[in-house]
Amino acid sequence: MLFPHSPSSAAPPRVVITGAGIITALGAGWKPNAEGFRAGRPAFRPVSLFDVSRQRAKFAAEVDLPDALPPTGLSGRQIARLDRAGGMLLRAACEAWQQAGWKPAGNLPLVLGTTAGGMSLGEDYFRQAVQTPRRHGRQATRAIHYQPQVQGRMVLDALGFTGPITIISNACASGGNAIGHAWDLIRCGQTECVLAGGYDALSQLVFAGFDALQTLTPTRCRPFDARRDGLALGEGAAIVALETLERARRRNASILGELIGYGTTIDQYHLTQPHPQGDAALSAMTLACESARVAPEDIDYVNAHGTGTLLNDGAEALAIRRWAGHRAATLPVSSTKAGIGHLLGGAGAVEAVVCLMALCGQWLPAQTAFEIPDPACNFPIVHQPRDARVNVALSNSFGFGGVNATLILRRWA
Amino acid sequence: MSRIFVAGWGAVSPAGWNAAALCGALEGGTPLPLQPVDRPGWEKPLRARLVPNPAVRPGFLAHPRLRRTSLITHYAAAAALEAVAGRGATRDRKCRLGIVICLQSGCVNYSCRFFDEVLKDPSTASPLLFPETVYAAPASHVAALLENVTLACSLVGDPASFLQGAALAVQWLEENRVDACLVIGAEETNWILADALWHLDRPAIITGGAGALCLGRDPKLSAGVELAAITDPHTYSGGCSRRQAARAMRLQLGKSDPGELLCDGIAGGSRADAPELAAWRDWTGPRVSPKRILGEGMMAAAAWQCVAACHAVAGCRFTAANVSLVGSNQQALGARFVRADSSISHLSAGGSTGNIQP
Repeated sequence: MLFPHSPSSAAPPRVVITGAGIITALGAGWKPNAEGFRAGRPAFRPVSLFDVSRQRAKFAAEVDLPDALPPTGLSGRQIARLDRAGGMLLRAACEAWQQAGWKPAGNLPLVLGTTAGGMSLGEDYFRQAVQTPRRHGRQATRAIHYQPQVQGRMVLDALGFTGPITIISNACASGGNAIGHAWDLIRCGQTECVLAGGYDALSQLVFAGFDALQTLTPTRCRPFDARRDGLALGEGAAIVALETLERARRRNASILGELIGYGTTIDQYHLTQPHPQGDAALSAMTLACESARVAPEDIDYVNAHGTGTLLNDGAEALAIRRWAGHRAATLPVSSTKAGIGHLLGGAGAVEAVVCLMALCGQWLPAQTAFEIPDPACNFPIVHQPRDARVNVALSNSFGFGGVNATLILRRWA
Repeated sequence: MSRIFVAGWGAVSPAGWNAAALCGALEGGTPLPLQPVDRPGWEKPLRARLVPNPAVRPGFLAHPRLRRTSLITHYAAAAALEAVAGRGATRDRKCRLGIVICLQSGCVNYSCRFFDEVLKDPSTASPLLFPETVYAAPASHVAALLENVTLACSLVGDPASFLQGAALAVQWLEENRVDACLVIGAEETNWILADALWHLDRPAIITGGAGALCLGRDPKLSAGVELAAITDPHTYSGGCSRRQAARAMRLQLGKSDPGELLCDGIAGGSRADAPELAAWRDWTGPRVSPKRILGEGMMAAAAWQCVAACHAVAGCRFTAANVSLVGSNQQALGARFVRADSSISHLSAGGSTGNIQP
């Protein structure tokens, strides 16, 4: 039963990550992404998925989807119905699943964050309904498969497990909230393991939306740079296999890292703008540190939300300064959105995996698109690739609508 | 084991802008009249049950954040305000309020308007519309309206996800992260949703609206109703059909006592009803089926079922009410509401004791 359930008198278990899957414009899988993030390689190119000739911005970080899916339990018919977002989600899930060495099981929760689900199918539905209203071909399939819970069911069928599916749609914080919620589920004793993450594909509606808001950069995405002029969009997915330390040890699993803290808050200031003083962002970081039992002095790297917009970066910079205090002057910060763009519902999950890569590889993810520091940032931006001792990393995700999520990960050594 | 009380509820539906109108329509038992919905390229309109304009413009629409919002936000806000109105404590700034908003289709009106503009000329598409297209917009606006919200989450899924939302609220309450939590199910409708439903389930009638429950742990907040149980989510998969999931949910809710009510999701005349009808074939007690009267309101309809259950229990006409949510493409969940002063046993956590009859 979801309620009532037996209260757990034991202390919350430690939660470790035993599998991670990722796909971004840097490539499919851990290796090309780790190399790309370590080098700070930008992956933008002119948009080819839809027409942007009438828009201010012309480029995005598009994913080159591999032709073949890894072997799964999906039928040919199911595979044919996968849209772009679902394909990325499935690839990331397969990689995480294989790395974790999990076996098909019952009652394994899947928690996903997304803002758009199968938006491209919804767009196709609308186009056909308006342009050729008497044609019905594929409309029923699109009406079903654009829904993110159906994409979630594809993951279950592909990997052969069953369990509850939770879809969190807190805009750009969705991926971070999904992993945080999964952490909560394990810590409160509802389950021993969860597959969690986030995904989103580029879509014409969303691209045009950010372009209409004039938040897309027509030049280059440069978070925290004094000359920054907007964000760039990307697409991708990341999934992590979370389980109790006890379960991981029981199965003698390889541990990639530990998720030690999570904080989520809501910023009621405005639908699309953060509180100028970064109040809610500050609260999210503070709550995450409290749950992790760490202080800013213990954090070795911050993967900022860092969209590259004037308002977000200004508010986040202030929040980091207020949260970190004296530590800010030496705290390495970067935004990997400078390389792969803003992945919206996928951003928080992908950036958590970037932190995991940094913890495993002992390097700082470089943000090479950075020239003139914004005076509001009194912390060092990691603008060149470099090795470093990274024991604890913090990842911020702040969403449209004001929901913020902060995750804290620790190196497993 | 913690106890969770229902502090209040609210609803917006084709019957009107409050829970009394909803429950009045259900008690009347007559399906509400249909309205035509024009579909581009077709002479014959589709049919829907639309939410009527309120008799008096709601005062909350004067709030600056709600100026340009879509109908789904208006519905969610009205239901939320009604749900917290009965217990003033939940409006106190000291009360840490949580919001869980559950959606299936979400903000379709502005999404269609905006995408239509994009297809015509993206360079002139309105920046005012786009922010209102995101699933998270209603939660953001309702949080701004209520002011004392400290935690919010938007869940997307099929209508059974409404009870997942309730379970999330319970989790926040049990972890003492909030003092009270609103669980809101909301949908708006337009021609494209009517068109989609026509493709998927031709006899079904699309509708919109919202329903909200306010949950809390403090017995003083109780409006006379207690949440007794939420079943596990029974997810549809290759190994578990919709029929099997519905049956598993029914078994987990257990055998009922005389004098209990069933609030089901039967629309009537739809193939989609079959699994739920089969799961409750042995039910001989009274039942109410909001979709028969109001239409297919998706997540709003799931919330209406819960509102109807709370209303019936609070009115002392029934000792308990069971809610059956057999979602369209994800899962089946059930819930049970009892009188707050009732001695009716709760379902047990393990599912093997108490009054469960597996």
